[in-house]
Amino acid sequence: MDAETVRAGLARFIEAKTGKPHAIEGLVRLSGGASRETWSFDAVAGEDRIEAIFRCDPIPGIPSMPGRALEFHLIKAAWDAGVVVPEPLWDGDDTFGVKFFVMRRVPGEALGARLIRGEQYGEARRVIPAQLATSLARVHTVRLAAHPELAELPQPAPGVSPAQAEVDHYESAFRISSPDPHPVFELAFRWLRAHMPDVPEQVLVHGDYRLGNFLFGEEGVRGVIDWELAHWGDPMEDLGWLAVKSWRFGGKLPMAGVGDRQQFFRDYEAAGGFPVDPERVRFWEVYGNVKWGVITITQAATYLTGRSKSVELASIGRRTAETEWELLNLLEGKGD
Amino acid sequence: MQDRPTIDELLEAVAGFLRDDVLPNTQGRISFHARVSANVIEMLRRELGSLEEHYASEWDGLDHLLGVEPMPPGLANVREGLLARNKQLSERIQKGDADPGPWRNALLAHLRRVTHDKLTVSNPQLAAEG
Repeated sequence: MDAETVRAGLARFIEAKTGKPHAIEGLVRLSGGASRETWSFDAVAGEDRIEAIFRCDPIPGIPSMPGRALEFHLIKAAWDAGVVVPEPLWDGDDTFGVKFFVMRRVPGEALGARLIRGEQYGEARRVIPAQLATSLARVHTVRLAAHPELAELPQPAPGVSPAQAEVDHYESAFRISSPDPHPVFELAFRWLRAHMPDVPEQVLVHGDYRLGNFLFGEEGVRGVIDWELAHWGDPMEDLGWLAVKSWRFGGKLPMAGVGDRQQFFRDYEAAGGFPVDPERVRFWEVYGNVKWGVITITQAATYLTGRSKSVELASIGRRTAETEWELLNLLEGKGD
Repeated sequence: MQDRPTIDELLEAVAGFLRDDVLPNTQGRISFHARVSANVIEMLRRELGSLEEHYASEWDGLDHLLGVEPMPPGLANVREGLLARNKQLSERIQKGDADPGPWRNALLAHLRRVTHDKLTVSNPQLAAEG
């Protein structure tokens, strides 16, 4: 959408929601391409100023990923459960002809390497692991029974365990998109199928809970973002994903590059999380490396098949080897 | 034989242009892609310097796991041959041949060598760690 359309629509929408006219100031598009638009703005009425983010689907009529269509409800459920997230303000209506919502703007840094290396983030590195553990424990208190509005999120078919559903999904993506053989992934898929955990509980899983997907400042976590991959599944999946080596951005500790594994488990349990089964977390860490490895192959495939000319996507194909190396370490019991 | 500059010397010149001229004078997506491109060229320089040795080493490792086959002449043919042999390796893993046993240990040692060789090209920092 162009800025004038967004400005005019937001002015009408905010007035309807608050009952008084607001000027829309500082409207600027932050990111987005084919999949979604994100705009930053302030809504000002006299002394009142609402600093906010507007997120919308770009084209009417194209169905969203479930997690994206439900993003407002996800953030609302997380907010109500006590997760540190940007405050959800209003779910969209028919103002724009596309799905949208408005949340409060949280200032902060998201780039992983800055947390790992930034001199000003010493205190943040110290406190963030426990903060992440606490927020994650609260994400996992969200159940389908209490949140019918989240029923459209992906969930395993009846009789299929979360682990099997996830492994099936990425193995078929691998078979479809990999032009070349990858013996390490064959070994890893075989290992995963031999170690499928039987999961008694199914809860809200963030699905992309890692360094890079939360905003932080010098005092720590300010807001968990990027809920597009949320689904119903095994809570241990999020713990395993947080330990995947590629998401440490060079940090020396396993959890998000800054947290000790055992301490993180204790903090998660103390915050009301499920009892941690380290073997099950290890399963999901192996799965996570496979998943990221398959994503590097599928992203490179967008270049190889001519769907994208991006040198970035093309070169991601050469990052597959990192996940293969880590998988060999994990399969030989040499993970940290 | 071409005159100098060599392949490596010309790639070095292009990488230097991207890194020292394009990168500081552009912003956003263009600047980011200039950085990615400079890194890709540095990776290609490492790959060109080690390609023959890595191909021969991978072929030799596969000889031990799958039985000896003569390596064909020409790097393109070796690449095709390596793909076919890795497909064979994948099929044997799918059949369960790599479940715990002596062949698995030999296979893991081979995959470690091959993957480490890949990392020395694509991510030398990580390769140096282990």
